[in-house]
Amino acid sequence: MIVRILGEGQFDIDDTATSELNRLDTELEAAVDRNDEAAFTAALHGLLDQVRALGSPLPVDTLEESDLILPPQDASMDEVRRMLTDEGLIPG
Amino acid sequence: MVAAKKLMKGTAARMGVMKRVQLVFKAKANKALDKMEDPRETLDYSYQRQLELLTKVRRGVADVATSRKRVELQMNQLQQQANKLEDQARKALGMGREDLARAALERKASAQSQLNDLQVQYAQLQAEEEKLTVASQRLQAKVDAFRTRKETIKATYTAAEAQTRINEAFTGISEEMGDVGMAIQRAEDKTAQMQARAGAIDELMASGALDDAVGGSSRDDIQNELDMMSASSDVERELSRLKGEITAGAPKQLEGGANGNSQAAPQAQQGQGTPYAPPPPAPGQGTQPTQQAQPTQQAQPAGIPASDLPAEPQDREGS
Repeated sequence: MIVRILGEGQFDIDDTATSELNRLDTELEAAVDRNDEAAFTAALHGLLDQVRALGSPLPVDTLEESDLILPPQDASMDEVRRMLTDEGLIPG
Repeated sequence: MVAAKKLMKGTAARMGVMKRVQLVFKAKANKALDKMEDPRETLDYSYQRQLELLTKVRRGVADVATSRKRVELQMNQLQQQANKLEDQARKALGMGREDLARAALERKASAQSQLNDLQVQYAQLQAEEEKLTVASQRLQAKVDAFRTRKETIKATYTAAEAQTRINEAFTGISEEMGDVGMAIQRAEDKTAQMQARAGAIDELMASGALDDAVGGSSRDDIQNELDMMSASSDVERELSRLKGEITAGAPKQLEGGANGNSQAAPQAQQGQGTPYAPPPPAPGQGTQPTQQAQPTQQAQPAGIPASDLPAEPQDREGS
């Protein structure tokens, strides 16, 4: 499974890690829904740490599509909310 | 793409953030692909867009660097100001003016807090610059890979066979392009914010609220007061020196007659009260009453001949 961290690159990660990633992702989403910035940041950083720890970076010259995409490390909750709703946020 | 959208809306709550973001990126790529009629055209068109984005991200790096340098310049100015204000506070204390020292230190605290703020901004800009630099290197590698693949696809496959491979390459690169495009956008936003703040600090410095001491501007009232105090203490010193000389010279003048003594006393008093009073009119001017000369003339005892006044310094030099 290929996971991209925006602003950082792509990681190849074993499918067995999926359940842990999903758990953190659920927390992340719940935090966004509750409008809880602190919980959001904690969940996001937890997710990013997991991906970095368990995944191996893909070579830069690969052109593979990612299965999952994660917001950048310093993303605010508001930014992520717009990322989910507004396609215009991604230029090009 | 339509399916992806329905999926996003219908099951958003269960899908998780990671999948939803991925689908947004994919939808964007699909939308661009849908517009292309000839798949091979897609390759060339996409390659052009990639080169444009590469240029854009490099320009982004340069823009952020410019902003960072501006912040750096302001930090240097503020540091100089803080140093100068501390120096002024020290001088003011030395002259026994705690009020002035306090005012200088208050301004120093204000400059220092601006400086701390700028340090945070500087670090942020530095981080953005680094991110964009890495992003441009990554994009360059992917664009190179895309170009190679583009040629292979064009050379080896029929239009029909090529479609799938073209779609793969296109989706892969467009995800990267979306990522880089977002990085540029974020850097631009941050830079714009900082430029607004930098502009505000420039205005603040120009207004003198932060003490415009840097560059020796005339708006620096603390320095003015210190200069004035130092000047007036020079005047006091001169005065007491003169007084000492007059006292020492008094017996000489007494010998000459009582008239000389009565002449010296009002002169000294006048000098003490107004240290910056214009000098007494020269003999030639004294006979023509101009507006400037009048107050000085009135302050002098009417009986003194104007020609006696310039003689005084000569006496002093002789003693």
